[in-house]
Amino acid sequence: MLTAANLLISMASEEGEFHAPGISEFLGLPALFFEGTPFEINRIILVRLVAIGLMLLLFWIALRKPSRVPGRNQSIAELALGFVQVQIADQILGKEMGRRYLPLLAGLFFGILAMNITGVVPFMNISGTSIIAMPLLLGLVAYVVFIYAGIKALGPGKFFKNSLFPAGVPWPIYILLAPIEFINIFIVRPLSLALRLLLNMMVGHLLLVLCFSATNFFFFTAGGWVGLFGVGTLAFGFIFTFVEFAVYILQAYIFTLLTAVYVQQAVAEEH
Amino acid sequence: MPELVLAAEAETNPFLPAIYDITWSLVVLLVVMVFFVRFAIPRFRQILDDRAEAIEGNIAKADDAQRKAEAALEQYTAQLAVARVEAGQIREQARADGQRILAELREQATSEANRITATAKAQIEAERQAAVLSLRSEVGSLAIDLASGVIGESLNDDARASAMVERFLADIEATENTAPSAGKN
Repeated sequence: MLTAANLLISMASEEGEFHAPGISEFLGLPALFFEGTPFEINRIILVRLVAIGLMLLLFWIALRKPSRVPGRNQSIAELALGFVQVQIADQILGKEMGRRYLPLLAGLFFGILAMNITGVVPFMNISGTSIIAMPLLLGLVAYVVFIYAGIKALGPGKFFKNSLFPAGVPWPIYILLAPIEFINIFIVRPLSLALRLLLNMMVGHLLLVLCFSATNFFFFTAGGWVGLFGVGTLAFGFIFTFVEFAVYILQAYIFTLLTAVYVQQAVAEEH
Repeated sequence: MPELVLAAEAETNPFLPAIYDITWSLVVLLVVMVFFVRFAIPRFRQILDDRAEAIEGNIAKADDAQRKAEAALEQYTAQLAVARVEAGQIREQARADGQRILAELREQATSEANRITATAKAQIEAERQAAVLSLRSEVGSLAIDLASGVIGESLNDDARASAMVERFLADIEATENTAPSAGKN
């Protein structure tokens, strides 16, 4: 946010008027390392790596020396993993299936959460999931997993039949229903997962940048009475920071929950 | 900036991934999944299992202790019952023994008393026999003495007669010590 704000300060002071933040927040960022290679690292990639590194480090510290009577760190880690286990894996998939898919769901949840949360962490101020490849890859993982789960549980024939020709419908309807189901399940699902996450992160970031850059503009560029609007935009920035914090957690939860639901639907005998 | 076509396109279209973005997404995903599959979740389960086991172990231990205590109590109760029976038997035995001893003593005493009585009777009988024998031998001489006395004196005087009898009796007493009752006859 500071970087973005600084950027806007320079833009605003050069041209003397306010420019709303745009797609340049996410794309065409200057490379920091390995420029021009497939391993190029820019600001967002760096944030992504640091976020994941920190998250794994915290879990490692908390679970490094497990004890029967948990310390504070271990309690928090157990609580967090217990949340995914109870609220997502066991609740949607049941005990047996939930047990099998818990590592995947926990990885999805905490990975997404860590990368999302950087959006409100000072000096990072952008979500690691706010450029397309990460959400797309996560969506692809969910896609592969629920198709794999369905084929493994029912065999390919029954899985596709269950998916495309849901039971309890008179047969002429299938002419209409099968293509819709195909598009829904095999195309829309992974894309909707990816885009929901991506757009939430992008829009959240833009909203915060807008609030804070506008504040900056009102306070330092626009002089006089107009500058008082900055108080309002600053207040909105504060409020939206909390809103975004909630959204980051919610998006991680929704992504993981939907993955579990898709797996559950795929392995269900009938639905 | 990379000069690759895809990268160039990715700089204007937010829905086209850049290659480096894909690379680092894959790396991140792989690392996270390996971490959770290999470390976090197994460790988490190990902790929960260990805790459950510990709790169950303690419950089992408590159950075991309870069972042992109950067994011990049962054993003690049984032993106590046996001891009670034994005590009763001993008491009974003692009573019987006491009665037997008492009976024996009583019998002994009775037989002793009988023996003493018999001895006494035999002695008395013997003494009586002796008395009878001595009386029999003496009564004759006494009668002769009396008769000679009666004949030797004149018996017309009452006072004399009674004095003579008196003297006679006194003589008998003086001579006769073993059978006073026979002397008086």
